[in-house]
Amino acid sequence: MFISLNDDQVEMVTVFFEDRELSVRKGLPIAAALLEAGVAHFRNAPVTGAARAPFCMMGICFDCVLIIDGMPNQQSCMVEVRDGMRLARQSGLADVMSGSDKEQLSI
Amino acid sequence: MRDPIDIIVIGTGPAGMAASQVAAKQGAKTLVLDEQSSPGGQIFRAIEANENPKRDELGESYYKGSQLTRTFRNSNIHYLPDTSVWQLSKDRELSYSRNGAAQTVTAKQVIIATGAQERPMPVSGWTLPGVMTIGAAQILLKTSNTGIKDAIFVGSGPLFYLAVHQYMAAGIPVKAAIDLTPKINYLRAIPHLPGAWSGLSHLIEGWRWKREIVKSEIPLISGVKNIRITGEDAATGIEYLKNEKWTRLDGQHILLHQGIVPNINISLAAGCDGHWNEKQACWAIEVDSWFQSSIPGIFVAGDGASIRGGTAAELCGRIAALGALAQIGKITDKERNRLAKPYRHKLSTELKIRPFLDTLFKPADNFRIPKQDDIVVCRCEEITVAQIREAVKSGCVGPNQLKSFSRCGMGPCQGRFCGLTVTELIADILNKPVNDVGYYRLRPPIKPLLLQELANLNSDAEK
Amino acid sequence: MFSTANDRVVDTIVIGGGIHGCSTALHLAKHGMSVIVIEKDYAGRHASGVNAGGIRRLGRHFSEIPLAAVSSQMWHEIEDLVDDDCGFVPSCQIKVAETKEQLEQLKTRAEQVRDLGFHHEQIIDIETLRERLPGISPHCLGGMIVEGDGSANPFRTVRAFRKKCIELGVQFREGLKVRNIRKNGNIWSIQTCNTLFEAPNLVNCAGAWGGKISAMLDEPVPIEARAPMLMITSRMPHFISPVVGLQGRTLSFKQFDNGTVMIGGGHEGRANPETNETQLDYEGLATSARTATAIFPIIQKARIVRSWAGIEGMMPDKIPVISLSRNEGVYHAFGFSAHGFQLGPVGGKIMSDLVLEGKSELPITPFSIERFPANGNSAFSRIT
Repeated sequence: MFISLNDDQVEMVTVFFEDRELSVRKGLPIAAALLEAGVAHFRNAPVTGAARAPFCMMGICFDCVLIIDGMPNQQSCMVEVRDGMRLARQSGLADVMSGSDKEQLSI
Repeated sequence: MRDPIDIIVIGTGPAGMAASQVAAKQGAKTLVLDEQSSPGGQIFRAIEANENPKRDELGESYYKGSQLTRTFRNSNIHYLPDTSVWQLSKDRELSYSRNGAAQTVTAKQVIIATGAQERPMPVSGWTLPGVMTIGAAQILLKTSNTGIKDAIFVGSGPLFYLAVHQYMAAGIPVKAAIDLTPKINYLRAIPHLPGAWSGLSHLIEGWRWKREIVKSEIPLISGVKNIRITGEDAATGIEYLKNEKWTRLDGQHILLHQGIVPNINISLAAGCDGHWNEKQACWAIEVDSWFQSSIPGIFVAGDGASIRGGTAAELCGRIAALGALAQIGKITDKERNRLAKPYRHKLSTELKIRPFLDTLFKPADNFRIPKQDDIVVCRCEEITVAQIREAVKSGCVGPNQLKSFSRCGMGPCQGRFCGLTVTELIADILNKPVNDVGYYRLRPPIKPLLLQELANLNSDAEK
Repeated sequence: MFSTANDRVVDTIVIGGGIHGCSTALHLAKHGMSVIVIEKDYAGRHASGVNAGGIRRLGRHFSEIPLAAVSSQMWHEIEDLVDDDCGFVPSCQIKVAETKEQLEQLKTRAEQVRDLGFHHEQIIDIETLRERLPGISPHCLGGMIVEGDGSANPFRTVRAFRKKCIELGVQFREGLKVRNIRKNGNIWSIQTCNTLFEAPNLVNCAGAWGGKISAMLDEPVPIEARAPMLMITSRMPHFISPVVGLQGRTLSFKQFDNGTVMIGGGHEGRANPETNETQLDYEGLATSARTATAIFPIIQKARIVRSWAGIEGMMPDKIPVISLSRNEGVYHAFGFSAHGFQLGPVGGKIMSDLVLEGKSELPITPFSIERFPANGNSAFSRIT
């Protein structure tokens, strides 16, 4: 379990992961905030579809990538949380086009 | 394009911060680019945020970075955090992305101080959610004040003891620590001990961490020959082989570490020569006594060239900056030599401990060269040991061909978490020297780049 | 022919382990010849193994059309030739027109090709274009399509040819550079760093290095080593099958089965054929990126994970040398000017016909090496 070691009152912000509302500490990298909020599954690998979650936290492994505010392939360990941010799991190949793009292509 | 900048420094760990301030002090126009949002690199990560109040659990060695960071901040430099360098050419033309825009700049001298990354640790189950590196746990602790309750620490090297010790000091419950240092390494390291005398303080510090772990309630398990992480969709535990017997420990968080290796992607992509360092079992960048690489005007200082540790990295950074300054006439060769002298002296003292540490903490062969068929080697493209063996059997003789055979190393991490394993594995299968097998030819962009960023390259060059 | 071929004396020596060298060796071996392929790096290391993989008849130089037509048939039966499908996907290639003028140019071109007796190039209107290329920018007006063109996996193709060659007894000597070439009687002696090879027939398939070999034979050509650049994205959902080019600007765009998208098209880096090094030009890549996003706006968010350049031999007239040499027993096939991959299967057949029968049924006169003046005082006896 990921735990916050800050004992004093900290400022919180709200983010949405897969449309679920989460209250997380302000100033954290997204990956850390989601781990603390109990998210254990960040993306699916492109070949086997296996579940993945943050591994290196320093921007080199790409296992923490998410769709952040519609932008795919973002390393969540390198971006800070912002109030109202919409985060989505990245599933294998479906990693580039947002919903409207897909409608346009009807795929 | 704009006039070339005097010196560009890439990275703000100890080597980068030291190089920047030396360069700026001698009047060189200095541009500093770093991927993180604040200076410190990995070793002093988030140090400014942790200044007030200080956090005892992070330890004395962490706060050694305070002064360096303050001086860096007060230097007359142009510092761009949150900046990803994705290309460096032999002519010192460099491209970077920042806030979604890509720029190209040219420098008279470039100092690469990109530090180290954790060595890949391809064991069964290392891709499962719940498995992270010990470095990742440390970053969570430093940047977010996040702890992982009931984690099982597995590995070897100074950072392994340091991290467990930090957890103890922070009062975060640790389920177990599995020490993978091969017993034979202690015997092999002893002859290097007399030479390590000058690094006594490091030894004592490490010894203290270990002793306190042993004295604590944390189970410290050593003499382990093999491990495998279990679970289907997430880690459920770890099994370890000790005294010919497999034992199981349940746990949702497994933290792995087996030392650090130079972060060489940008240096190799630029065309700097490298060689296999057998003692450290990793690639090192060829540098001269001023840490200049095989390409004139491109320096590689600190752990990014060869693992020497944080204190040495700072000294290397200073020496490299002096070398660069002299080449653009900011100081004379005579001044350069005079100014470098005290740093060189300290550096040689600092390096005396390396043979001992390198020998003691060289990871066991089976954790570097996985034998079991189903172990994933390339995390991005999910290429297993069996697939690599198959490719070698059908005529693949090196990492570059392996890319074409299997897509191994062609995912977004660009070989950072499979390159060393692939090289050593192919060398092992073919029974060839590692140097002959070679490494991936690294291709820019060395970090994945948005097509729209590339399309808009230099479109707002005024900024 | 010799009856006693060994590991250095054979019927034919092929210099160069690219697709043309391998294909030549394959066709010769099928006719029972003993062959050694000498390759300075490894088979498929350069242009043949790292190109964009386009299998294209569309827009070919008029003189290449008959060859490309035969090669196209061979690609469609490639598995019969090398026991591997080479990743060949016969979808189609489309050249897009962005203006009315460009569409007119394409129409004129299609008529010219029809007049030569070929009907593969067809004009498509805006509706068909959008149907075939969902996601294409609305400003595009139509184009030219060639059904049955497509793409293959270059490295896999070279490996498949090499593998089939070895099964047929061809010997590959990789990592050997040719130092010099001499003639003793009717026998050509090829000196490499450590071994001397001998054969009555010598085929020069050395690609960008073909000019070096022809110069050793006193037949210099104005070939230039160039470095066409390519870049590739991370995996994306499948959205496009055809290989796409443009009439008005340079672009080569296609998506592989694994979801990655390759973007190339004309822009070049710098090549150093001596060291095998290439250096990329980012302004050129940025132009390709702008072109690609202008034609397919939806890929703006795609991530480039790698860019590279292969070393390719460019001829001043943009067509290869496929030719008998002025020297007896020597044959040339090189300088394919960045569009030789599709011609690989037929190229090997032509060379094998030249070696075995001294002629080809296909019209290869435009590709003769004699279109370039020979070295005045040749050390080799001129054939009569």
